[in-house]
Amino acid sequence: MSITNLLNNWSFYRNKRPYRGQYDLNRQYGEYKWAMAVDLDICTGCNACTTACYAENNLPVVGKHRFEHGQVMHWIRIERYWDEKMGEFPEQGTSFLPMMCQQCEAAPCETVCPVAATSHTNDGLNSQNYHRCIGSRYCSANCPFKVRYFNWWNYPSTAWPAPLEDQLNPDVTVRTKGVMEKCTFCVQRLSEAKSRARTEYRLVRDGEVLPACAQACPTGAISFGNIVDPESKIAKMWKNQQVDLYKDMQEKDNTVRGYRILEDLRPFPSVMYMERVRDAEA
Amino acid sequence: MINTFEEREVEVERRFVRKEKDIREDIAWAKINSDVLRSLERPRMLFWVIFLGSLALFMFGVSCEIYQYETGLGVANLDNPQVWGLYIATFIFWIGMSHSGTLLSAILHLMHADWRKPIYRFAEAMTTFSLMTAGLFVMVHLGRVWQFYYVVAYPNERWTWPNFQSPLVWDATAIFTYLTSSMIFLYIGMIPDLAICRDNATGFRKRFYTFLSLGWMGTDRQWANFRVTYLTVACFLIPLAVSVHSIVATDFAVSQQPGWHITSFPPYFVAGALYSGCAAIITLFIVLRYVFRFEEYMTMPILEKTAKLTFAISMVWTYLNLVEYSATWYGDDMYAKQALIYRATGDYAVFWWSMNFLGSVVPFTLAFKKLRNHIPTMLVVSILLNVGMWLERWMIVSPTFANGIYPWTMDHDQWPAWVQWGMVAGSFGWFNMLFMLFCKIFPSVSMYEVKEMVYHRSLHTKAHGEPSVNHELAAEGGTAS
Repeated sequence: MSITNLLNNWSFYRNKRPYRGQYDLNRQYGEYKWAMAVDLDICTGCNACTTACYAENNLPVVGKHRFEHGQVMHWIRIERYWDEKMGEFPEQGTSFLPMMCQQCEAAPCETVCPVAATSHTNDGLNSQNYHRCIGSRYCSANCPFKVRYFNWWNYPSTAWPAPLEDQLNPDVTVRTKGVMEKCTFCVQRLSEAKSRARTEYRLVRDGEVLPACAQACPTGAISFGNIVDPESKIAKMWKNQQVDLYKDMQEKDNTVRGYRILEDLRPFPSVMYMERVRDAEA
Repeated sequence: MINTFEEREVEVERRFVRKEKDIREDIAWAKINSDVLRSLERPRMLFWVIFLGSLALFMFGVSCEIYQYETGLGVANLDNPQVWGLYIATFIFWIGMSHSGTLLSAILHLMHADWRKPIYRFAEAMTTFSLMTAGLFVMVHLGRVWQFYYVVAYPNERWTWPNFQSPLVWDATAIFTYLTSSMIFLYIGMIPDLAICRDNATGFRKRFYTFLSLGWMGTDRQWANFRVTYLTVACFLIPLAVSVHSIVATDFAVSQQPGWHITSFPPYFVAGALYSGCAAIITLFIVLRYVFRFEEYMTMPILEKTAKLTFAISMVWTYLNLVEYSATWYGDDMYAKQALIYRATGDYAVFWWSMNFLGSVVPFTLAFKKLRNHIPTMLVVSILLNVGMWLERWMIVSPTFANGIYPWTMDHDQWPAWVQWGMVAGSFGWFNMLFMLFCKIFPSVSMYEVKEMVYHRSLHTKAHGEPSVNHELAAEGGTAS
């Protein structure tokens, strides 16, 4: 810890709002910018993504009681929204929305963490450092999506009784009580793919790596990739949907379905959603 | 019946010119010493009742914290949207409480309002101890309290710094600075009195006060240095006091949440801080006056002046509160407006309305002279005001969590568990315990400044002649002698 180090690297400690060309292939940093697209028209609300996330990221199953108390640890959740009651079927018209950390480019959680336990990576991920976290929960207080989950209890001691601990993913830390956690876009897979690619002197190919939710989705509603690569599927999807990462208000026509949640708060999320197409007559 | 012109003149003078005096001018200095030193020996029985009650409450709070430390914060019934709960609300309350000590001891010192002299010592002690209590809540609410020192910019081999963008780092810095400065200020102001204690003490107390009084002999040179030091620290403390609560306000104003993201929060918080602090001073004034038999020093006119001050500040707070509401109501922020409506009509409506009633309507009792001079009323009103101010802090923190921006996470069922309530109660125990211990160990009325006050006032009387109306007679309703 030295003042010189702090002053020399001050720009890295600051969270700026994203600017065009931030992830430029010609620059030293910014070869990757991981982004996601969720097609709500395809999503069936089957919860496979949630289950896969539990398995991949060592999420504890908290039980019914704690679930009801809002102490659940699902990094990706399927939100259900209902139409207003029409006719004799009260459960008509469910909409599903998978909600995970939006990996905001100007993340509200990052600026408020007192110990800088959550910060931005060069890949455009919003990282969470469990060892640094002291559990002030300010990040969760300031997160508009409320996708940060706090370890209210010492889950490792209860969530995996004797043989079950063998199913834990060795690549992912098991979090203790008093630590904040959230969706990482399966950063352990990303870094594994990146280091494999680096040994072969290339960049990660499109589709080479997927987070557990995207991999498990039976209908393929979740797409994932490197948006810096203009040839990648995800970059094309964002482009087709006329959603720009660097804008806080999209100028798009009515023929496309893409949008980002709570854009007016200017967090610049990295997850694009595509509206569900509804037939009003049905 | 008033018949003659002279009689009428006397009557007018009695009613409007000659007020009741803050303190008797003929108190002998030796009597001041003995009266105050007596408070270090045998207080009334109520002292022990309060002390032991506070100790019991504090121990309960400690056991709650041990339970929470061992089990995790889940026992406090905090959940995903409602991540802060009563801990942060009570934290703001205690930070706020600390401000009036500085108001009385530093600001009024600079303004030469000498009526503060008999009561500023305990107000300054209140500042120190309420800051210590607030610090506890920062610790208690952390998930991993054993690593709280990560917030401090200390040298370490990993070259890591705290995040200077975070208001919590500003908080930690500001509160720590304020705590150390107010402790120094309290101590410096006490040195001449500690010397008096030393001169009158025996045994281990003599050694204790000798050590603390730093060889004070009362020489001219010492007094000159003392004055300069005291004034310097007072000037240093005033901007600190304002900045500390402004920074606590930025914890909320800097964030994006509806109901927090409000520009007027810093002055609003400072006003609320002075308000609850002044109300607490009235409560403690009444308690100390009885417990330590300080009736001659903590007189009714001083209580009345404090009450007037409280009333003025309560109106400032009310104004800023209404500014906040109207700015939100007429503003463009849809989420904030929704949060305001939720506060007034939702699950917290009872608390929100009682907060507004206690904070803005109840202080009007202080506008009446009869009530200001009625001690039981003042005791009840001052406690009610502080209940209102505690509710205010709770109504800032909790409804915003329950009704945030994102509809899926709105949670209206959360109610603080007994662990949270236990720790809130324990904090009151901790504060009262420390405060009562302080008053038992250190002179809670400033002896040397009361002497100054008596001396100045008697000089003033000599210079301007004896008053035509004897103030003791006037207080009893008599006429000129």
